[in-house]
Amino acid sequence: MADHDALFEYLLRVGDNCLILGHRLSEWCGHAPALEEDLALSNVALDLIGQTQLWLGFAGDVEGRGRDADKLAYLRDAGEFRNVLLVEQPNGDFAQTLARQFYFDAWHYLLLRELAGSRDGRIAEIAAKAVKEVRYHLERSREWVIRLGDGTEESHRRMQDGLDDLWTYTGELFEVDDIEREIVARGIGPDPSVLREHWLELAHATVREATLTLPQPGWMQRGGKRGVHTEHLGFVLAELQFLQRAYPSATW
Amino acid sequence: MKKEWPLWEVFIRSQHGLAHRHVGSLHAPDAEMAILNARDVYTRRNEGVSIWVVRASDIAASSPGEKGPFFDPANSKVYRHPTFYDIPEELGHM
Repeated sequence: MADHDALFEYLLRVGDNCLILGHRLSEWCGHAPALEEDLALSNVALDLIGQTQLWLGFAGDVEGRGRDADKLAYLRDAGEFRNVLLVEQPNGDFAQTLARQFYFDAWHYLLLRELAGSRDGRIAEIAAKAVKEVRYHLERSREWVIRLGDGTEESHRRMQDGLDDLWTYTGELFEVDDIEREIVARGIGPDPSVLREHWLELAHATVREATLTLPQPGWMQRGGKRGVHTEHLGFVLAELQFLQRAYPSATW
Repeated sequence: MKKEWPLWEVFIRSQHGLAHRHVGSLHAPDAEMAILNARDVYTRRNEGVSIWVVRASDIAASSPGEKGPFFDPANSKVYRHPTFYDIPEELGHM
């Protein structure tokens, strides 16, 4: 594999996670349980879309075929997306959304903290900017997991269901393949297995405080990083890409 | 059980050295979440460096009905304004 191929794939993975989760969160706009929460979720969504522009913009430059961030976001089909399956899962109830967000934020924060020290200058720069935003995302989702877990009987049950239902989608975050190995070898990104240790510590500490439990490690879903997605991604893209597909090159 | 989150008043300091100013209110389940919510509702455009929140029910307020007796007497006390002093030249603008 040529050097730039691994880097391109890796940037798609990081960028597509932000794009798809940002879109999922934007679905809450106007529907959140409280006005304050509506604004907060939309803020997180916008942060993630902003990060997408940086990651996919860089990916387009690395690829060198004239695709910019917009083209990569709007004109790829599901099989070309490299996001983990976790971020394309439906919002469900508020607890489900927060379980997904907490799992992702904790991993995202740990990843960006490492990427800020990347040997690749542009990656280090983007990560240093994004990690500040994501640190806040993590604080927020973590506080919510604790409050819902240690809240009423119903909120406790819903939060536990959310953590249980999405658990099998967390393994992929730490999956290592040839691309990941090459990125580690070149000092571009961190070893996912090291991230996993810190992630588990953080997750366990949080659920303990929330009077919840994490499921046992076991069989995990995988495929997103290779472009094999759940049926949900197609529906996400149908909405996300509709305008550019129906009216190519439309601007406003 | 009360279902509504309590109301919080939000105060934001825009720069170092300036006082916190009341900017509005919001709902939140507790103080920590109120600060996070205030961050998202009131500082999205880089308005602040510090946030205070206080439960609206904890604020003791003067009574609007007694506005007259309460404030009117201060109207005619012109000598309370510090405008009767000569400021020495060398002090410059104060």
